[in-house]
Amino acid sequence: MGKDSRLILDPLADNNPITIQVLGICSALAITAELEASIVMSISVLFVLGVGNVVISLMRNIIPSKIRIIVQLIVVATLVIIVDLVLKAFAYELSKTLSVFVGLIITNCIIMGRFEAFALGNGPWRSFLDGIGNALGYGIILIIVGFFRELLGSGTLLGFPVLGDPIEKTGLYALGYENNGFMLLSPMALIVVGIIIWVQRTRNKALIED
Amino acid sequence: MAVNTEKNSYTVIFAIGMVVIVGVILAGLFSWTKPMITQNEEIEKQQNILYAMGINENDESSAVFVSTEVASKEFASNIKEQMVITVDADGKMLKSQTRDEYMAENNNKEPYLIDIKKQKSNAKSGEPRQLPLFIGEKDGKKIYVAPIYGKGLWDAIWGYVAMDKDMVVQGAYFDHKGETPGLGANIKQRFFMDDFYGEHLLSDAGVFKGITVAKGNADPKNENKTDNEVDAIAGATITGDGVTAMIKSDLKLYVPYFKSLKK
Repeated sequence: MGKDSRLILDPLADNNPITIQVLGICSALAITAELEASIVMSISVLFVLGVGNVVISLMRNIIPSKIRIIVQLIVVATLVIIVDLVLKAFAYELSKTLSVFVGLIITNCIIMGRFEAFALGNGPWRSFLDGIGNALGYGIILIIVGFFRELLGSGTLLGFPVLGDPIEKTGLYALGYENNGFMLLSPMALIVVGIIIWVQRTRNKALIED
Repeated sequence: MAVNTEKNSYTVIFAIGMVVIVGVILAGLFSWTKPMITQNEEIEKQQNILYAMGINENDESSAVFVSTEVASKEFASNIKEQMVITVDADGKMLKSQTRDEYMAENNNKEPYLIDIKKQKSNAKSGEPRQLPLFIGEKDGKKIYVAPIYGKGLWDAIWGYVAMDKDMVVQGAYFDHKGETPGLGANIKQRFFMDDFYGEHLLSDAGVFKGITVAKGNADPKNENKTDNEVDAIAGATITGDGVTAMIKSDLKLYVPYFKSLKK
């Protein structure tokens, strides 16, 4: 069991897909302007990566290695489209919320990365755990970035004003505080990720490459 | 029974098999869910139109439609008339039809199902364009709801704008296909849509000016309703410009109709 639990725990810290492997950066900067979008994206990736890893793992002995990347792409695209269609038919409101994430999930390199690096060489149960672990590791970073960008950029968390009202000048704004509009722009996501990487490597010197 | 997965013939057979299986699954699922999805989309259009004219279940901060169960009933009882105005490629009004007149022609479907995107491309190729206009009544005042359609940063954006007879906005609903969550996607949030309420589409002299989604607006509380401006969303410039453009290009076409009301 010790080995299995590492599959979940490693990606959370010392083998984090974003801060150590630097995968999935594209979505980390695209959708982290608000905490809510970060959470929705994390849950979606958790689902797709968990199921996708199991499917690829079950198919691992019959996939021709020459076209394995295309096969992986087809599997993830099919999964996402199936979920999208079913939601549109039976949970239309939810599908409206998720529709903008569909394209981002299919092209998320963490998903392809885990298929390629893990699911192709391991059994379904371990692949499932690996998928969940990596999605959680990805989600944690997304949520941290989303938290700071929404708090400092809009002064809200999950849409709820926590620092006061910038137009009526109440709370912190009465003291002359201003929202930093720069935080809402994509480059700041990379700077926040950079700070997380810095903190992480300062705490654990073993992570620093020569 | 080990299969040699490295052989070319195996690769080709696998690829063909995979495409066929995935194709069958997706095509089957698509045709099975299509009627339900179409119905959901029709109800959504009704909810959007009702939302724009102020019939919704908004709570303090978020936008909530009337529930899907009552949407069709509310739509039937609140929308008294669905006009279809036909204009030529230069925007000159050719004719205006009531719902019954329109539906009697060529077995047309309900006017609210008119595909605005298709009508726009008709106009581009020089053909006449049909403009639906939904007329309802709220608090004793006639409300006119017009659909608009345009382009955001990544994909299509669209919406419905409710106006009174003087083209003063009585409500607006915007939606998008794939704008950035947290930035452009916020055009469908209350804080953005509510700003349009009360804004004038015409200048004081009665000339159509539209409403500009303006950066660096000097009026963030939006108290000045005759400046033809609302406050933009930070980090969503191109989506905001798209909203400005679709209001200008699409609502302008209704001006001759509103002028004819005055006569």
